[in-house]
Amino acid sequence: MSMSRTTDEIPNGAGAAAVLAAGIGCGAIGILAFWGDASDSMGKALNFYNPSGTLSGVTTIGILVWLVSWFVLNRTWRDKTVAMVKINVAAFAFLAVGFLLTFPPFMDLLQGK
Amino acid sequence: MEITTHDLWTVVHGMGFGALFMLAFSGAIGELYHLATGSVPAQQSERDRAMLNLYLIAMVTLAWLTVFSGEYIVYPWYRAVPPAGTTDLTEYPRRLLLSSGKTSEWHNVGMEWKEHVAWLAPIAMTMVAYVTMKYGRAITRPRYMRTAVLGFVVAAFVATGVAGAFGAFLNKYAPVRGGSSIVLMEGEK
Repeated sequence: MSMSRTTDEIPNGAGAAAVLAAGIGCGAIGILAFWGDASDSMGKALNFYNPSGTLSGVTTIGILVWLVSWFVLNRTWRDKTVAMVKINVAAFAFLAVGFLLTFPPFMDLLQGK
Repeated sequence: MEITTHDLWTVVHGMGFGALFMLAFSGAIGELYHLATGSVPAQQSERDRAMLNLYLIAMVTLAWLTVFSGEYIVYPWYRAVPPAGTTDLTEYPRRLLLSSGKTSEWHNVGMEWKEHVAWLAPIAMTMVAYVTMKYGRAITRPRYMRTAVLGFVVAAFVATGVAGAFGAFLNKYAPVRGGSSIVLMEGEK
């Protein structure tokens, strides 16, 4: 039964790919939100659906970045065992970027407003 | 007793999807903590495992429904632009909030953060559900895998809390109004 197996038997690569991709997706949302706020031209470029404005592009591209990175990382690591500590550090760093760059006072601080 | 279509969708988005998703965190955090710390019996029954998987799939579904209904149904009404010369801004929540220094930061900080940070929750919960369903009790072995799962559950909870709290406050100061009326019940007076 898979529930009683340990990851000594199951390579952790598929899980690591999902963890890192989730971090990358969250970081991408933050970076795009900041970019769209800081640059008028980027804000307009991200306006995929006018009723929702820039947010539509931020989230559409953010989800695409997440899914593509998950697909690529999973293909690369699915049968391997990778160093989970490094993956976690990177994933949590991207997650922190996602939180910080969506927080308007921090965005304003970076833009010198 | 009647409700407008905009009010109804706001309730469906916030209370129907968002609040249910928020409520589900207490169960998910407890179950995943027990799973990750190895306090779940090694021979966890197929039924228990299926229930946890179903619970996580329901959470992921609610998370995505919340953000999509928010962005593509409710948010366009929130940010609608009033025709020139409009003085009554009650049906234009964003403009209503920005019309006064006493309320403008509810939009500039509250809505601006809420609309973006909410999207971290479904991404994080999708990963948590996938890893939990794939590894089950095996995530107890490499403690860094369980650290990632528990860390992202907490992050999703915080993101949902921020979005939900600001959503409630925004709906207090500038509710999304308008749309056609749906009569639910007729009273005598």
